[in-house]
Amino acid sequence: MSETRTFAVLVDNEPGVLARVIGLFSGRGYNIESLTVTEVDDDANLSRITIVTGGTTQVLIQIRNLLERLVPVHRVEDLTANANSNDLEPPVQRELALVKVVGAGDKRVEALRIADIFKAEVVDTGLSHFVFEVKGRKEQLDRFIELMVPLGLNEICRSGVIAVSRGDQAL
Amino acid sequence: MSDTKTGAETLINALVEQGVEVIFGYPGGAVLPIYDALFQQNSIRHILVRHEQAAVHAAEGYARSTGKVGCVLVTSGPGATNAVTGLTDALMDSIPIVCLTGQVPTHLIGQDAFQEADTTGITRACTKHNYLVKNADDVSSVVHEAFLVASTGRPGPVVIDLPKDVLMNQTGVYKRKADVRRSSYRPVVKGELSQIEKAVEALAGAKRPIIYAGGGVINAGPNASKLLVEFTRMTGVPITNTLMGLGVYPASDKQFVGMLGMHGTYEANLAMYNCDVMINIGARFDDRITGKIDEFSPNSTKVHVDIDPSSINKNIMVDIPIIGDAGHVLEDMIRMWRSKALSIDAGALSDWWGQIESWRSVDCLGFTQDTGDAEIRPQHALKRLHEMTKHRDDVLISTEVGQHQMWAAQYIGFEKPNRWMTSGGLGTMGYGFPAAIGMQIGNPDACCIDVAGEASILMNIQELSTAVQYRLPVKIMIINNQWMGMVRQWQELLHGGRYAESYTESLPDFVKLAESFGAKGIRATKESELDAALQEMLDSDTMTIFDCCVTKDENCFPMIPSGKPHYDMLLPGTSQEKVAAAIQGEGLALV
Repeated sequence: MSETRTFAVLVDNEPGVLARVIGLFSGRGYNIESLTVTEVDDDANLSRITIVTGGTTQVLIQIRNLLERLVPVHRVEDLTANANSNDLEPPVQRELALVKVVGAGDKRVEALRIADIFKAEVVDTGLSHFVFEVKGRKEQLDRFIELMVPLGLNEICRSGVIAVSRGDQAL
Repeated sequence: MSDTKTGAETLINALVEQGVEVIFGYPGGAVLPIYDALFQQNSIRHILVRHEQAAVHAAEGYARSTGKVGCVLVTSGPGATNAVTGLTDALMDSIPIVCLTGQVPTHLIGQDAFQEADTTGITRACTKHNYLVKNADDVSSVVHEAFLVASTGRPGPVVIDLPKDVLMNQTGVYKRKADVRRSSYRPVVKGELSQIEKAVEALAGAKRPIIYAGGGVINAGPNASKLLVEFTRMTGVPITNTLMGLGVYPASDKQFVGMLGMHGTYEANLAMYNCDVMINIGARFDDRITGKIDEFSPNSTKVHVDIDPSSINKNIMVDIPIIGDAGHVLEDMIRMWRSKALSIDAGALSDWWGQIESWRSVDCLGFTQDTGDAEIRPQHALKRLHEMTKHRDDVLISTEVGQHQMWAAQYIGFEKPNRWMTSGGLGTMGYGFPAAIGMQIGNPDACCIDVAGEASILMNIQELSTAVQYRLPVKIMIINNQWMGMVRQWQELLHGGRYAESYTESLPDFVKLAESFGAKGIRATKESELDAALQEMLDSDTMTIFDCCVTKDENCFPMIPSGKPHYDMLLPGTSQEKVAAAIQGEGLALV
């Protein structure tokens, strides 16, 4: 039985650290659904990686243990499992997408109306295109993009998921 | 700027501070500054091997026989890529190695320069950790961190990639060992007491207990083996060892039921299958041990002590995991067993031993050897080696990979840890001879023997030159059956006896081969010659090859065919038809 989990990983910001994390997945045939990484603490030189992955319970335990085994890894938190065991709602997860839509006439008007519903912002426009900036849960973005397909969807770029746990506890 | 040093000199200083006495290596353009610095000092001895793979295996043999970190020095490009097999071997068997690789100067990295390879990229998957040093100021701290990582937690190989300009640049920075730590690296050593308590209580409630101990006990140091013996004796429980763990418990002791696994003893495997409580200390439920996973010891409560959390619940789900160093956990187990005055029900334990004795009486390693002009059977050759050396405390054995390796594990008994060096995880043909060179360097007065096959030995035969150069009295005992025996055996089992490419045509005359390198060569072809030839080998004070010509078509038994459970073993004397029919279905695809 496969489940989807979101891991938060705090690592030293040094060359090769991302390759170590990715290599751990590719070398064992594990799947990465989404991965984001950026520096979060300049003084301590720490980066935070958010990984959304799926697998059986045994595989998910392995992923966690293998991540913890890497030398530059400080902490690994299975945010999904933690929320479950602390009786909390699933972790807060957000993603940002930039979506280019090309069209004219009614389709253009409809694209704008849908964008309004999704609180998407127009960050670039011309007479024949919009670039929307839309953020939210992964499923919301999936839906927005799906609706844009018949309206002239032309290009998509997504940031990948970032996540923090609910409640007052920090990583 | 009078107190600055080059990166290479700083490197040597850091190695000396780490207590490095020997480096196994091979020079080349990118590491010339290190060789120059080595030339101008007397603290570290350099052993010149003839191939970089052998440098790593020699360092492994050195590390495993002395308990120290093995140190390797190779050049960039092909030097580093040749070392990859050795590094992978050390990773699989958890051997502490620090491997220094040369690299092209930083401004040429990525330019496809001469002898450039992406060493940190290539070795990322076959090291515990690796470093690319970009500034001479970082050399000392990286060296100290590398030794810490290699030798603590679950040990393993660490690569330090050193660009040539970093080695030549001046630096005034030297960090001492005591000042270097890595906050993200914190291996757990002490096991959780509540878990240890559960484990000893489970054992006390057992009717059919077994202890299954592996290489982790060796890595925990000689004291861990002593504690294991103490714990095993105070509980009265039968104990089996993995291939990697041979020597952690004295083989001659009556509580020892032999090695387990694919070529383990009948009694060890049946005890594993039928036990009700299993205490795994420092082993990892490898596929050579478990056989068919869903029929592996189906009715037991399983305790697993391992320093590496990722080894737990990886292959076999266990009931009581304990993360910690084998020595520390054993110490706590012994203390708790005493303070709680625990014991196992004497009647149940005696019944269990009765059952084990009945399995033992099958004599699964029994064989007959005709005398006189009869051909030597490989089992007999190794049994005689054991009988002729068992009174000595200074015999260290390494092996290559194949049938001879399994026969050596079955017929040579080990009384103490760090006496047996074999490539267990990766199964590297060509491991044993360079490992024996490393053993001999680390233990100059010991009797170091590589039990080899005639195919494996050819994979690193060039090291004869190394052994002769350093006047090392290493002994190679070639169990020569002219076949890649284990390949031939599997072809008999799996492929209808179609022996594709497993027979070696044009083998060298190993006696003349030895002599051409300035070593000594001995040969025996019949039983009547064996003991004298073995004695001559053991007495030799120079590099010696003993070409022990044996019967050609022996199979290695007992054997659990791949995909089969522990109770489904092939015993010696199994007919060819039964052997041929042993593996079917899913087992055919297993290795």
